[in-house]
Amino acid sequence: MASASLGQRVVQPVVRLIVSLALTFFGLLLVTFIIGRVMPIDPALAALGDRAPADVVDRFREEMGLNLPLWQQFIVYVTKVFEGDFGRSVLSSRPVLEDIARVFPATLELATVATLLGVALGVPMGVLAAVHQGRWPDHVIRVVGLFGYSVPVFWLGLVGLLVFYAKLDWVPGPGRINIAYQDFVDPITGVMVIDAMLQGEWEAAGSAARHLILPSSILAYFSLAYISRMTRSFMIEQLKQEYITTARVKGASEARVVWRHALGNVAVPLTTVVTLSYANLLEGSVLTETVFAWPGLGRYITDSLLNADMNAVLGGTIVVGLVFVSLNLLADVLYRTLDPRAR
Amino acid sequence: MRTAVIGFSALLLATAAGWLPQAHAQTPRDTIVMAKSIDDMITADPAESFEFSGSEVVTNVYDRLLIADPLKRGELTPQLAQSWEVSADGLTYTFKMKPGLKFHSGNPITAADAAYSLQRAVILNKSPAFILTQFGFTKDNVAERIRAVDATTLTIQIEKPVAPTFFLNCMTATVASVVDSRLVQSNAGTDMGNTWLKTNSAGSGPFRLRNWTASQSVTLEANREWHGGAPKVNRVVIRHVSEPQAQRLGLEKGDFDIARDLGKDQIAAISNNQQLKIVQGDLGYIMYVALNQRHPILSKPEVREAIKWLIDYEGIERDLVRGTYLPHQSFLPKGFLGAIEDKPYSFNVERARALLARAGHPNGFSITFDVRARQPETDIGQAIQASLARGGIRVEIIQGDGRQVLTKYRARNHDMIMVQWGPDYFDPHTNAETFAMNEDNSDNARSKTLAWRNAWDIPDMTRRTAAAVAERDGAVRTATYQALQREHQQVSPFAPLLQQIEVAVMRQNVNGFVIGGTFGSTLYYQLTKN
Repeated sequence: MASASLGQRVVQPVVRLIVSLALTFFGLLLVTFIIGRVMPIDPALAALGDRAPADVVDRFREEMGLNLPLWQQFIVYVTKVFEGDFGRSVLSSRPVLEDIARVFPATLELATVATLLGVALGVPMGVLAAVHQGRWPDHVIRVVGLFGYSVPVFWLGLVGLLVFYAKLDWVPGPGRINIAYQDFVDPITGVMVIDAMLQGEWEAAGSAARHLILPSSILAYFSLAYISRMTRSFMIEQLKQEYITTARVKGASEARVVWRHALGNVAVPLTTVVTLSYANLLEGSVLTETVFAWPGLGRYITDSLLNADMNAVLGGTIVVGLVFVSLNLLADVLYRTLDPRAR
Repeated sequence: MRTAVIGFSALLLATAAGWLPQAHAQTPRDTIVMAKSIDDMITADPAESFEFSGSEVVTNVYDRLLIADPLKRGELTPQLAQSWEVSADGLTYTFKMKPGLKFHSGNPITAADAAYSLQRAVILNKSPAFILTQFGFTKDNVAERIRAVDATTLTIQIEKPVAPTFFLNCMTATVASVVDSRLVQSNAGTDMGNTWLKTNSAGSGPFRLRNWTASQSVTLEANREWHGGAPKVNRVVIRHVSEPQAQRLGLEKGDFDIARDLGKDQIAAISNNQQLKIVQGDLGYIMYVALNQRHPILSKPEVREAIKWLIDYEGIERDLVRGTYLPHQSFLPKGFLGAIEDKPYSFNVERARALLARAGHPNGFSITFDVRARQPETDIGQAIQASLARGGIRVEIIQGDGRQVLTKYRARNHDMIMVQWGPDYFDPHTNAETFAMNEDNSDNARSKTLAWRNAWDIPDMTRRTAAAVAERDGAVRTATYQALQREHQQVSPFAPLLQQIEVAVMRQNVNGFVIGGTFGSTLYYQLTKN
């Protein structure tokens, strides 16, 4: 019994996890690879430009193995990936891994701050809306949320720049850091605020932090809208439950009933919502990154895709896949920790 | 988990700290900050660079033997060479180098560096190498044909005689930049330093490359020892900002000194701002419509001509692109040797209908039209769709990303297409060759010119265009290009409609920005900031 349970408890889930990860990544690679190859763009054009003479193009196709049958190209690629070689990006002419190590932290920074803001504001708003269901706070919050959810983030970004940067001068403009500190901060973690602090460049850290405010607030608004709506509906569900009535009958204060009893039970499904919204932001918000000249993952993958820079696209896709899988695992773990029934 | 929480909290705190009041930082006094879309840049190696942004950087980091000076309307001007002469048979060019000049590294600039640089470009054989190899250099003969006779004398022997202006114009291209051979060789690796030079510099120009991060920024640092005089600013930072609205806001706030990619609407919007000013120069880019001659209807001469009468050139310029494009109807851009200003076509529905009727299509026909999905192409495409409809031609627009459209074009799978063409170097042959030469119209031709892409088979015009580039009499050469263009306007399947103007908007306190435009070299060394 004891040995069987060890096998069941530890070995089986690990094997299952590895197999499912392998399948996920293989599928991901295959689909991305096929999309990349059926796109009506000649990868040689991306690398060499429109004006490259025919013999240079031919040589490039030969070198890159573009003349091989598709399935062979795929095998070559997958083999290399297993050797840890993701190839070079034709656009930046640097190894893809190096590129991703540069762009991913930029997205991570933005997405993390946005999610924290989104939770810090979205959850209380959702709770308030649920408690005052059908009355004016609920309506106000619904309108605010609906606006955030339905207005294009691109437009919101530009208007944000116009109002808070151009008119009010509260925040700095596009970019990750003031130009005066350009090239001052050596990348260590890639998260500029943290790197600057690690190097004792406090002014640079302040500048980097200020540059985060507007783009992360705009992304936060977007995730806030989603989180507050979900919180509201979870809470409404909980507030109808009998244990709430019981708690009230027992004389618990209304605040305790709402914030402790009800919200405590909402925490579990809410974790999944927040994790998914975080994962979405981590894929990179292409439009926000474009408006704010933010060199993040989303823009990197999109630019690469439009330029048929397939090594970069595949590398980026693997990272996104990895993020999704890890966050799902994290959600699982949190779920188990928070929900006594799942223990 | 706990570490993560602490990390997140630290980040949040730092962000909150960002709300503290700030003295709004303008750009530093000794630094010019330029907002520009630079995601086309793939290398800083002069032997490889062939894109817009990359070549502009190379121009300011490297010197060449001679340049087409935009300050002198493109006149050939010595840079590292002090003089040159051509042998009587037109085959050997001898350059005398200026003495006593130094690279950024402090190494002296010698004829050996110039020879190495040109040989290297030929041997690496990257995209722009054809500008040199068209003179007969190959990796096997280049060491023998491009030689340093002594420290100050360089001789170059070409395959067959050409117009001297043609050869010298080609030597002004960025691919002919002189690199510091000792420095490059010490970082050579297995590819003559190509990998290293992609992101480093080994030049002698007014600036050195301090840093380039793809799709993010380029930082240039002044070379105080430059032989043309020390630049007036210490740094030039080019920031990748692809969104024109963001460029405009940053410029108005003073966070950028120069914005390079404002569109027609943004330029109109800032025209009243007293703190900003506009500088412009004619670019060599020609926007044209082309008709695939494999198409049974589009290959009829009357139909080709009818379509040229069905484009509202004036309306497009006035309503869609004013200030960013000029009307232009010939294949050589303004500023080039032999360029003409003739504009024979205008919007004339009756004439077009008569021609279509004569071709046997009184009720028109249907075609597809490939257009890039960006402005102003989208608007112009729709305008052309509407005006062609007046002649009964039903046009289905197919929009695509730039490289999608080009892939299709290069495979000759289009009906009608509208794209831009920019000259590869500052000599009329670059455009004449592509618009008016097609040596082999078969699918696997070696030379795939624009005439080839449209399957326009023109053995006679090909011969005459080839003769023009060998013409050693300057006046005759000019006259030949003029005549070729006039004939081209009549018979070709191309309808050039616009020539691009490059517009930069800058702060009032910034001076000395020279847009190279047609001459291909936008210069930073005269930039000043008060």
